[in-house]
Amino acid sequence: MIVFEGVAKRYAGGYTALAGISFEVRHGELVVLSGHSGAGKSTLLKLIPVIERPSAGRVLINGQDVSHLPRTAIPYLRRNLGLVLQESRLLFDRSVFDNVMLPLVITGHPPGDAARRVGAALERVGLDGRGKEMPAGLSGGEQQRVAIARAIVNRPSILIADEPTAHLDPAYAADIAELFRSFNQAGVTVLISTHDASLFSASRPRRLVLAKGQLVEDSRPTGRPAMEAA
Amino acid sequence: MIHWLYLHLRAIAHALRRLAAQPLSTLLSALVVGIALSLPGGGYLLLDNVSSLARGVSGAPEISLFLDMDAGPEDRAAIEQGLKATPDLGSYRFVARDEALRQLEASGLGDVLGGLSANPLPDAFVLSLREEDPELFERMAEQMAAWPKVAHVQLDSAWVKRLHALLGLGRSAVLMLAGLLGFALVIVTFNTIRLQILTQRQEIAVSRLLGATDPFIRRPFYWFGGLQGALGGLVALGTVSLGVRALSAPVTALAETYGAVFVLSGPDWRAALAIVAFAALLGWLGAAISVRRHLAGA
Repeated sequence: MIVFEGVAKRYAGGYTALAGISFEVRHGELVVLSGHSGAGKSTLLKLIPVIERPSAGRVLINGQDVSHLPRTAIPYLRRNLGLVLQESRLLFDRSVFDNVMLPLVITGHPPGDAARRVGAALERVGLDGRGKEMPAGLSGGEQQRVAIARAIVNRPSILIADEPTAHLDPAYAADIAELFRSFNQAGVTVLISTHDASLFSASRPRRLVLAKGQLVEDSRPTGRPAMEAA
Repeated sequence: MIHWLYLHLRAIAHALRRLAAQPLSTLLSALVVGIALSLPGGGYLLLDNVSSLARGVSGAPEISLFLDMDAGPEDRAAIEQGLKATPDLGSYRFVARDEALRQLEASGLGDVLGGLSANPLPDAFVLSLREEDPELFERMAEQMAAWPKVAHVQLDSAWVKRLHALLGLGRSAVLMLAGLLGFALVIVTFNTIRLQILTQRQEIAVSRLLGATDPFIRRPFYWFGGLQGALGGLVALGTVSLGVRALSAPVTALAETYGAVFVLSGPDWRAALAIVAFAALLGWLGAAISVRRHLAGA
């Protein structure tokens, strides 16, 4: 489903963020990407929605090489991905409802159907009934939930999250981690970068560890997740 | 098609919200655009009015054939025969010297002749030709000037030609003014859209991440520019209409002092539509240039 083949990324000035990385993520997997700051986690995730392009190698999404995707085709790729970034990147002059509605406006969904989907997405992240509130009035964890609702409202098959718990206190971070686990259990492929892989350990995810732009560990879970086994 | 219309309707709603969110800025921009466009708009309207007047008097350019003071009925009959034999002649009428005097008195210039003991005006024939060809007029005038008992031939079309030349010059000047001020309008919109792009940088970036295409992002800015231009066009229309209303009475009074009937008319619906559409088009153009220039870096 997601394939990295010898992917390298060098920035102007000679800095190498990724140095020949290869791995494959199968449909329905939960993958936690960890490593120190500057290991290349964010760069790797940015290559999937073509926020960045690789300097060498190929990135394939559902068999399609997106490394050389024409600029005009990129929006259509992104519509099939759910993106959650480190900062929530909400629009603070719009209500929670309008923020979550934005992807559906972009894809031109009929307003009635779009409103139902927004309601369902807000309910899924535990913010039902709070659509009229403005983001500034929400806590950091709630803002990140709004961003997650916005990412799932288009019902993507792949969810990519770059440090979604970075600025949250432990309780909120655990809630967010649980949300991603529940999406994965619903069949969504989830790829998350985090400093704190232990947040997701209960989900028994596949772990990819990056160091200095290289993949140094790829550990797949064995047996059923602890919660399910219980 | 329905999807395309839906996206445009959303873009219009978005642009209207942006205009309504900054009422003072919107009003000032509309005033700048409107005042700038009211100058060429008013100039064009004035020229249009004068053109109508010129068309009215130049509908049948004429040649006046003044006879010698001692020309008798036989001489007039001979000249009339000559006129009948002229193939390009459309029509003619005889104006007796007494009738000419009465017309002059009626026009308010009777006082000029008050001190004279006798009528100084000659008999005359007023001719019109089948074709309004200035060269034909001049050729005929030369030919008739050689006829016996013809004292003077006057081409009444000469001043009309001069008026038309002046109107042509005026039109060129108005076009140049419209071009210059239209360019200014494009610059105003260009700058407004640049500021809009700067203030919406975050929204643009987020929309792109969520899969917005370039047309989706550009559309509200195009509509913003077009609507701002149209608002300016409405202000220009209002300014011109108010100007016409204010000047109408003094102009009519001035025309009456020359014995003429002239009513200054305001823009009709076609002219009104043209002004608003032209302003909207310029706004759209300014937005398009600005979006092309600034959105790539947003």
